[in-house]
Amino acid sequence: MSQGPVVISVEDLGKSYRLGAIGSGTIADELRRGWARLRGRPDPDAPVGTASPGRAQGRTFHALGGVSFQLREGEVLGIIGRNGAGKSTLLKLLSRITTPTRGHIRMKGRVASLLEVGTGFHPDLTGRENIHLNGAILGMDRREIAAKLDEIIAFSGIEHHIDTPVKRYSSGMKVRLGFAVAAHLEPEILIVDEVLAVGDAEFQRKCLGKMKDVSSSGRTILFVSHNMTAVLSLCTRVVWIDAGRVAADGPPEEVVAAYLGSYAQGGDEVAWPPGEGPGTDLVRLTHAAVLPQDPGAPLTMRSPFSIRIGLENIGIKDGDLNIGLRVMNDHDLVLFASTQADAGTDRPPVPHGRFEVECRIPGDLMNEGSYHVVITAFRGARLHFITERVLSFTVHAGERRGAWFGRQAGLVRPRLHWNSVPMDPAP
Amino acid sequence: MSATPDATSAAPDGGFTTVIGPRRSLLAIDLAELWRYRDLVLLLTRRDIVTVYAQTVLGPLWVVLQPLITTFTFALVFGKAAGLAPPGMPGPLFYMSGLVPWFFFSSQVTKTSRTLTGGAHVMTKVYFPRLVMPISTTLSNGFTFLVQLAALAVMVAGYVLAGGLAWSPGPQLLGLPLLVLLMGALGLGTGILISAATTKYRDLSFLVGFGVQLLMYASPVILPLSRLQKFPTLLRVFELNPMTAVIEAFRAMLFGGAVPWGGLTYSAAVTAVMLLVGVMTFNKVERSFADIV
Repeated sequence: MSQGPVVISVEDLGKSYRLGAIGSGTIADELRRGWARLRGRPDPDAPVGTASPGRAQGRTFHALGGVSFQLREGEVLGIIGRNGAGKSTLLKLLSRITTPTRGHIRMKGRVASLLEVGTGFHPDLTGRENIHLNGAILGMDRREIAAKLDEIIAFSGIEHHIDTPVKRYSSGMKVRLGFAVAAHLEPEILIVDEVLAVGDAEFQRKCLGKMKDVSSSGRTILFVSHNMTAVLSLCTRVVWIDAGRVAADGPPEEVVAAYLGSYAQGGDEVAWPPGEGPGTDLVRLTHAAVLPQDPGAPLTMRSPFSIRIGLENIGIKDGDLNIGLRVMNDHDLVLFASTQADAGTDRPPVPHGRFEVECRIPGDLMNEGSYHVVITAFRGARLHFITERVLSFTVHAGERRGAWFGRQAGLVRPRLHWNSVPMDPAP
Repeated sequence: MSATPDATSAAPDGGFTTVIGPRRSLLAIDLAELWRYRDLVLLLTRRDIVTVYAQTVLGPLWVVLQPLITTFTFALVFGKAAGLAPPGMPGPLFYMSGLVPWFFFSSQVTKTSRTLTGGAHVMTKVYFPRLVMPISTTLSNGFTFLVQLAALAVMVAGYVLAGGLAWSPGPQLLGLPLLVLLMGALGLGTGILISAATTKYRDLSFLVGFGVQLLMYASPVILPLSRLQKFPTLLRVFELNPMTAVIEAFRAMLFGGAVPWGGLTYSAAVTAVMLLVGVMTFNKVERSFADIV
């Protein structure tokens, strides 16, 4: 860990929202709400489902409940956590877009926060004019922008169109121009949102390269991301925010492993009370689970895992039952379907009473992403039943192949063999 | 306190240059910080001026055409058809000299009132002192006003050369810059107050344009106060409008005549209150509005 002076000190930082009291409608809404309150009815405009029960106390929702950490000069801090854990709130507070309801943030030096590239671009202004405007919005002064103008234009790679109104740019050009400006900020503290999620591979590479430059020049970076691969390769320290609090703070490998571990135990196991599992009067599910090869470890693209299905045979006498499963991605597209028949024709007849079947899924098959599983059962050639989603699981990247940090395209991600053969005789 | 690259040595609080906490006084305006962002103010002003007439054929000519065409219409409708011609002055000059300050005030109110809702996409992404926005709007409105004032000056010169007007301004002409500041500040205060309120009540954005338009009829843009002496109730309504004395004073300073000092004092008081309440409300809303929009 860096031993430089503390440049960011966050003490007991909290942000709460009053539920339902956020007026964002018309006066008529407000009147309707007041009328409902008078009659003791629930607020008709109260936000639905925003509050996890633990964090909503009374009518107050604590998006962030007392977060403290310190950051020393030269550190690259990754902030990770699930959606809704409070990461974005923390980011907004650090960027001064909104103010905390308790606690303090103290920062030393010039702060630049990049929540978006090209903020404030005006479509009718030329690229050059927008560089000036965007630079000023990000906190550069006129002389600074003028001094770096040529460099910025060269970096953006759109010299030929720099005096064209931005509205005629492609979206890629706009991003490049916006990033070129951002890359020439020289803050002591840089706060970056998941800018990596947008843009193409080339842009990502530039962006990460620039972040490495900034950190190697001894400046401090705070990086909020879902991309564990990027976090692991860039950050010197990671803070995991969960339910508005710091769940872990330490070396990247440890914290990321703990975070992914908490994910793995999420919804990968299910059990039903007797007689209530999905199925028919002849056969029902009793339980099901996704089991990583190493118990408790997160699923990655490399790791093999099993899907175990527990059933109870209530009324099948002829032993004819073929259990299967379908793995679907989050667009409900079936990645693959498999049944016990894959193993061969001499399948043993199903036993009476409770039994388990297990399907092993090899490593280097799944791409990163979220998946769910439905269970099928066939008798003869006929579908006996098919369940709704019974299991869901997430496959993490775990490692990087090649220069790309993001999710590789493709439904599956097999590790294939490549050969390279020279065709000209050696000189 | 805020981020300065060079204040580390002198800054209190263990050398921290930015301290973000929950409580801030509602009246706390960090003038030093605003000053550091002056380049942004100027660039935004320039953007406003340059982009409004982008892709128009007549371009900046619209700035003078708007009051000129309105003046012509008023002279025709009120001056000729309705027989409400103002006494002692050519009709077009009278209407134009009422419309130029009125347009300044009304664009101040309507444009600054859109600060928070219109600038939300920028303000939820990056921090800068939020007052930068209404201040740059004020400057670009001021620029438009100056162009229209120049058009008015050309008109006056035309009438004088043609012998239609004996122009004899008194020393009160020197008070004009102060009067312009007063109008700008009145519009700014009203505008940012409405801007803060629109984050909560969107209805107001409809009400503003309409309301300001109505308010013009309760000002001496069309009817001089001298014509209202027979209608004391109406006169009182006119006098409640803080722009009434401003427009009367504007004409008095331009063409000579008695400056309504009593009315101006009232306008100045209203301006001070509006600016104070406006800045306080704006400051209060600006802190949390990113959570609402």
